[in-house]
Amino acid sequence: MMTDSKVIVRAEALESLLIEKGLVDPDRIDETITFYNERVGPMNGAQVVARAWQDPEFKARLLDDGTAAIEEFGFSGGQVDKLVIVENTPDTHNVVVCTLCSCYPWAVLGLPPRWYKDPAYRSRVVREPRAVLKEFGTVIPEDTTVQVWDSSAEIRYMVLPLMPASWADQSVDVLASKVSRDSMIGVEVLAD
Amino acid sequence: MDGIHDLGGKHGFGAVSPELNEPVFHEGWEARVFALVLQLGGNLDRSRHAIERIDPISYLADTYYGRWLGGLETRLVEDGVLSQSEITERARRLGADVNDRVAARPRDAGDQSPEKKSSTGGFSTAQRTLKTPPRFQLGDQVRTKSTSTEGHTRMPAYVRGCIGEVIGVHGGWVYPDSHAHGKGEGPECLYTVRFTTEMLWGEAGEKNIELSIDLFEAYLEQVNDDD
Repeated sequence: MMTDSKVIVRAEALESLLIEKGLVDPDRIDETITFYNERVGPMNGAQVVARAWQDPEFKARLLDDGTAAIEEFGFSGGQVDKLVIVENTPDTHNVVVCTLCSCYPWAVLGLPPRWYKDPAYRSRVVREPRAVLKEFGTVIPEDTTVQVWDSSAEIRYMVLPLMPASWADQSVDVLASKVSRDSMIGVEVLAD
Repeated sequence: MDGIHDLGGKHGFGAVSPELNEPVFHEGWEARVFALVLQLGGNLDRSRHAIERIDPISYLADTYYGRWLGGLETRLVEDGVLSQSEITERARRLGADVNDRVAARPRDAGDQSPEKKSSTGGFSTAQRTLKTPPRFQLGDQVRTKSTSTEGHTRMPAYVRGCIGEVIGVHGGWVYPDSHAHGKGEGPECLYTVRFTTEMLWGEAGEKNIELSIDLFEAYLEQVNDDD
């Protein structure tokens, strides 16, 4: 889907005026874009999840204070003043949304995908999460509670997915490479 | 405000359409608008309210960074940093049509007190220390307010007038309903409240669903025994 050209022109108009008036620094614009394109993304959250699977003491710290625990990785700032990790169990499956805007834990997951910001997900996942998850190919058993988290204030949520049993012997790096963004939002269940 | 942004529970938007191997930014302008907003920083609550007030057609049509653009223009015009006429004039020079729909809907200059400029940009933490203890405790039953406001709020309409259980008590945070309007930070205790799907949507919906949401103390009332 290409953007309407009038939006692009309006963006150019605003940016050119701000630069001419010395109100923004064009070099910093480029630095920000590079940072969010290359340094921040779901690979950060995946490292956190993989470590939590292998290190019970880290997992306990992570569930107790997510913000402090991810500082051990050097991840901070970017929308995680208070990061709460919600753990999937055989009894409970967690899924995260922001119905009012598109709040998302940038430091661990990067910037949100389009579907997370679009009206279909934001309107429906609080009302019919099982139907929405099915559209992602994810079927949650009827006797498992689906717990939806609407991030309406400054707390940010990330899901700690269940590890498939067959992954138990793998290294933390291999595990991290298998943890998907969608499993940490809660719209996917990891499988072999 | 009861705006288009308050999407929770609305019908009619159809299926979710995930994109495989999605890039961080789809087009160059999105990245530049994102970086501009971050660099200018300021009052995050006011920033969100500026997005809520953009033209609702644009809200849906312009996608996420288009909303950021509309919100940014609103704030810059309300602060007197740029005038809407100079932006429109510049856009026309760059090829815009005079009849193009414009997302930004700034209030008249003078309705707002301009924000103090932050030298570093970005958005700072909203956590604050409260002088008074929390009114509610873990396990308390609370009822959400049933009234709506024309101003900014972080209580979505779909939880209005509902009874739920306090499952988290998070201390003091800047109160968006006040801070978005230049009326001070007025920190409030923040709670996570859990609702059943039957409370929110009635008996006909999906089974075995719960919803947890973060709500400020001012949104909540004590539930009496006879409720």
